[in-house]
Amino acid sequence: MARAIINLPASARRGEIIEIKALVSHDMETGFRRTQTGGLIPRNIITDFVCTYNGAEIFRAEFYPAISANPYLAFSTRAAESGSIACTWTGDNGFSLTESAAITVA
Amino acid sequence: MKPDSLRGRSGGTSAGTNSRREFLLVAGGVAGLALAPAALAQSASGPGRSSAPTPAAAAATLQAIHKVVGTTPVNKGKVKLDLPALIENGNGVPLSVSVESPMTEADHVKAIHVFTEKNPLPNVVSFRLGPRAGRASVATRVRLADSQTVVAICELSDGSFWSGSVAVVVTLAACLEEL
Repeated sequence: MARAIINLPASARRGEIIEIKALVSHDMETGFRRTQTGGLIPRNIITDFVCTYNGAEIFRAEFYPAISANPYLAFSTRAAESGSIACTWTGDNGFSLTESAAITVA
Repeated sequence: MKPDSLRGRSGGTSAGTNSRREFLLVAGGVAGLALAPAALAQSASGPGRSSAPTPAAAAATLQAIHKVVGTTPVNKGKVKLDLPALIENGNGVPLSVSVESPMTEADHVKAIHVFTEKNPLPNVVSFRLGPRAGRASVATRVRLADSQTVVAICELSDGSFWSGSVAVVVTLAACLEEL
């Protein structure tokens, strides 16, 4: 099963801009590659990434086959309140994975 | 081969065929999108050069950009796209985009879209941000199929579009190898 890691500071001051890094293991098969017998390998990629902060969406990304295998994302948000930041990846063939991390805002 | 693609940065002045020139113009937000298809059709009969995208590929890129911006003109500037100028392996190219923006409720970046000239699919990634981002800066890793120009277009909260582009050289292409 796929694994995901998200990395963000465990604590932050209110209003501080924090960086969130998200990494997930996935082949991101483009759908443009062929086998030696000429058959097209079907596309199997992650298509959507959503990050929520205590349930409110703060960042979203749409992936296309040009995103590398094991998609990596780094983005930022303003620390508002203590709670959890959750990242969800969804994709082809019913792929869905959620990973969350807690943050304490002083 | 005319070494257009061997420059680290896009100058755009001595670009290859018509299609490439059109692409760069749109990337810079100078050309009207409606004019592009005619010019592209013309260049279809012109001499092919390996450094320039095929007319079909350039048209696909314009179409993908058109789909995002509609009829709104695209201005040049504000967007800073960071990619290595020389890429050894096109399978995992670090890409970062940042936009000059205060990221307040009244003035923020709504979306950033990245496009390529010569990948099998022009779209690379679309990011949706909001005022809560605090800073309009995103990084990821992408695949590049060939030496080409990469364009980032951002949409601001006032509805305007801004673009930035970088020309890169790729020595090992992604996407197209056989298993």
